[in-house]
Amino acid sequence: MVGNYSPAQITDWLVPGRNLFLTIHVLGVACFVYIVAKRLVPLIRAQRDFRLDHPLTRLAKVFKFWLGQWKHPRYRFAGTLHIVIFAGFILLALRAFSVLAVGTEHFALPGLNGRVGHLYDIITDYAATVVFLCMVVATLRRLVLRPARYAVPAKYGKDHTADAVFLLNLIAILMVADSLFAASKAAGHAQQGQPVESLAVLSLPWLLQIAIGSMSLATLWILNVTAYLVHELAFYFLLCYRPFGIQFHVETSLFSIYFAKLERGTLKPVRWGVPDEHLDQVKSFGVKTFEDFTWKHMLDFYSCADCGRCADNCPANAVGRPLAPRFITIKARDYAFQHYPVLGKSNNSKPLIGTIYSEDEIWSCTTCGACEEECPLLIEYIDKIVDLRRGMIDDGNVPQSLQKPLKALESRGNPYGKMEKKKADWAKAPEFQKTCGVKILDKKNAADTLYFVDSITSYDDRMQSIGRSTAKILDHIGENFGILGAAEKDSGHEVRRFGEEMLFMALRDHNTDAIKASGVQRIVTADPHAYNALKHDYKDVPPVEHISQVIAREVKAGNIEFNPVGNKDSVYTYHDPCYLGRHNQIYDEPRSVLDAIPGLKRVEMKRSRDRSFCCGGGGLMLFYEPKEEQRMGVLRVRMAAEAGANVIVTACPFCMVNIEDAIKVAGLEGKMSAVDLTELVDQNIVRQGRPETSETPKVETANFGG
Amino acid sequence: MEILVCARRVPDTSENEIELNAAGNDLERDELVYSVNEPDNYAVEEALQIRDRVGGNVTVVTIGGEDDEEILRRELAMGANQAVLISDDAFSGSDGKGIATTLKGFVQKGHYDLILTGVQADDGAAQVGGMLAAMLDYPFASLVNSISVEDGKLKVGREIEGGNREMNEIDLPCVLSIQTGINEPRYVGMRGIRQVASVPIPTLGASDIGVDEAAVGEAAAKVKRVDYFVPALSKGAEMLHGSREENADKVLELVAAKGGLK
Repeated sequence: MVGNYSPAQITDWLVPGRNLFLTIHVLGVACFVYIVAKRLVPLIRAQRDFRLDHPLTRLAKVFKFWLGQWKHPRYRFAGTLHIVIFAGFILLALRAFSVLAVGTEHFALPGLNGRVGHLYDIITDYAATVVFLCMVVATLRRLVLRPARYAVPAKYGKDHTADAVFLLNLIAILMVADSLFAASKAAGHAQQGQPVESLAVLSLPWLLQIAIGSMSLATLWILNVTAYLVHELAFYFLLCYRPFGIQFHVETSLFSIYFAKLERGTLKPVRWGVPDEHLDQVKSFGVKTFEDFTWKHMLDFYSCADCGRCADNCPANAVGRPLAPRFITIKARDYAFQHYPVLGKSNNSKPLIGTIYSEDEIWSCTTCGACEEECPLLIEYIDKIVDLRRGMIDDGNVPQSLQKPLKALESRGNPYGKMEKKKADWAKAPEFQKTCGVKILDKKNAADTLYFVDSITSYDDRMQSIGRSTAKILDHIGENFGILGAAEKDSGHEVRRFGEEMLFMALRDHNTDAIKASGVQRIVTADPHAYNALKHDYKDVPPVEHISQVIAREVKAGNIEFNPVGNKDSVYTYHDPCYLGRHNQIYDEPRSVLDAIPGLKRVEMKRSRDRSFCCGGGGLMLFYEPKEEQRMGVLRVRMAAEAGANVIVTACPFCMVNIEDAIKVAGLEGKMSAVDLTELVDQNIVRQGRPETSETPKVETANFGG
Repeated sequence: MEILVCARRVPDTSENEIELNAAGNDLERDELVYSVNEPDNYAVEEALQIRDRVGGNVTVVTIGGEDDEEILRRELAMGANQAVLISDDAFSGSDGKGIATTLKGFVQKGHYDLILTGVQADDGAAQVGGMLAAMLDYPFASLVNSISVEDGKLKVGREIEGGNREMNEIDLPCVLSIQTGINEPRYVGMRGIRQVASVPIPTLGASDIGVDEAAVGEAAAKVKRVDYFVPALSKGAEMLHGSREENADKVLELVAAKGGLK
């Protein structure tokens, strides 16, 4: 074909291949449209999901997380590489389309002729070069460096390296073909003495032009047409191959991020669009089959780029529990591809638990949110885990270890099965009562502020100290506060996150009524789980604050002053509780309180703030018996030791349980201790004219001296 | 297979602080919460699993008052086909034999291939299952921790002291008392109970099941509770006061001395 044709003008070089090129265009586009249509089939059969609200907020998310690649630098090397490749792709997008169009007719993108066009060509010459180099680096990284987070444990299937490298090389080929196309054209122009627009110095096309510059015009022509054909084939192959694997995110990420969840700390309703009072009519709760996922959650499955950051940060994965968020997604995607094939009929839906997911896998999650915090594509995990749990609860498929506390929550309103009348016993300790009276709010006793204590602080001997310290702090700042006593039931935070929605609703409704009846103006709690529940899961209750916010404000206002820290050898570190930090963005207040204590030495753990490492989970997670190699808390305590700390300060009673246990398990008793922020404040607060009443023994933080 | 499970509502020992009343003859019942007797719940689960394997119906029966309906609802929510409450003033104060007599009356009103009871009630004496079998002249196997259905027969297992296991063949119809651990009972949430809230639960009195009132109740009871108390704490605990390592060594030594280590 090429041999019988002698073009007068190099611009006509592609003319003899036009029919072929056009055919490939049409076939390529048709294939892609068909494949994408097939990929959309499960999304159409999926559950509803309301994601069309707040378009401006969503657009802002697109700018920040998609265009701005906001999460990527959290992994500096891989993230930078990705940002460069992404920028290259964005720059090359127009060029790719104009190159494709050139094959079928003379074409120049409007606005991209003349000097602007030349500038664009120069930029894209470099972009193609940089992307090519990135592909080389990325390939070497995959083959030689082999970062651990890409490994696929045998139980999760086969290694993904070959597929990743194949895709990287396809892109590299695309870049080379694109460059060769430009280089051969430029070389031809130069030989024919036509005006040549110079290629970008040291770019891939420039280097190629030098390499082939002395070849005959006929050879250059063949090179040019071949480069075009390779470019076109590689482009369409990639386009149609991407929906079969990890690179589908190139197309879907924009939508995944636009439709991403907007509010932290919240959970999706059982069924979107079904109000609580109609839930009884819903036939099945939660996710049991693939089609029970919402369309957005299915889109998440398609969008996952298999980067492994979620699993790399997952505490459950770190301690060897049978859960890695990455494979929650990958297994669901494989399931979708298998049951909704591009060719052939869609299969009937089967239960997911017992086929692709195991029960232990789904119960292993502490809902700490580390995976979601890390995901560059804002893929959601907690809602999916909770939906899968709702499905298991609905089928009665609940470990025996969780059935008892759930039953106790139903009959007694707390997971321990303790008597309601003993809920306020923590406030009756004789020494404490002498200095600080705690009102129980009822028809006779009113207050402005409700201290919502929640189950663990009310009933656990050790955690009751947090309750007393909190009460004393509130008393010190002159707050008119009280508690609900026996009328307070568990906040239900973990009940909901363990999938028992109806029980949660009963607890929530009971507490809401009790809170409203008490007539308080605001709520304070020292339990981040209760805080999150009251803030996000409850409706129509007064505004709620965590005690650390109250203390920080009062310290700033000068209403709380501190004595210097007792032991000069103590080095403190602050452990961010998941439901205070990641889920509610309260990072600075507790730290500002610590820093206000004179002489307090504070260090940060490597994993802190939004990368804080879950201590093991709260609420019902304390009852669950996970399959794990070690405890999350032990890892966390070691991280504190590594940072050079010997006192771990936290602001959550569940963290306290896990960390104190972990100190013993790690054999660090006497070398490391844990204290709640409220206890530390209570110990160090300056009480003018009042006796020192700090009840937590000073030994907790003072007597071990490194 | 038609399966009957006899269940009972008891104060939940894990969710109550059991105290004696002022008279010292019973529990202080004011603030107690109740649940289905744990081994009975395993029996229901086992019945449901057998039904799901071989077909049939599961009926749950309890003797008591209106309050006892709550456990029947829970078992219906688990998946039982029907539930029956046997309630009559004449039954109050029955001893084990009186309860067995009542159940016998109910069993004879229907046709059951298999009758399951829990191995014992939390506050019971593990006697009703055996008595019921004797009264019906059915074979009886106790402490059952596995059941497989074979042609017209069952193969049932039980654990022997020391961890050994024994398998027995037993003819149908029969009575079995079920040990906890035979299965993992499914969870019943509030939603499940709400869904069976309107399922009717028939209530039968003594005359409905042909039980002679003179054979049951307090008057007929030949076993009477004469005292109920919390035993005084006796000395028996040995406190170890050494370092952790010393204590660990001491514990090992003590356990070995008592034959706990081989």
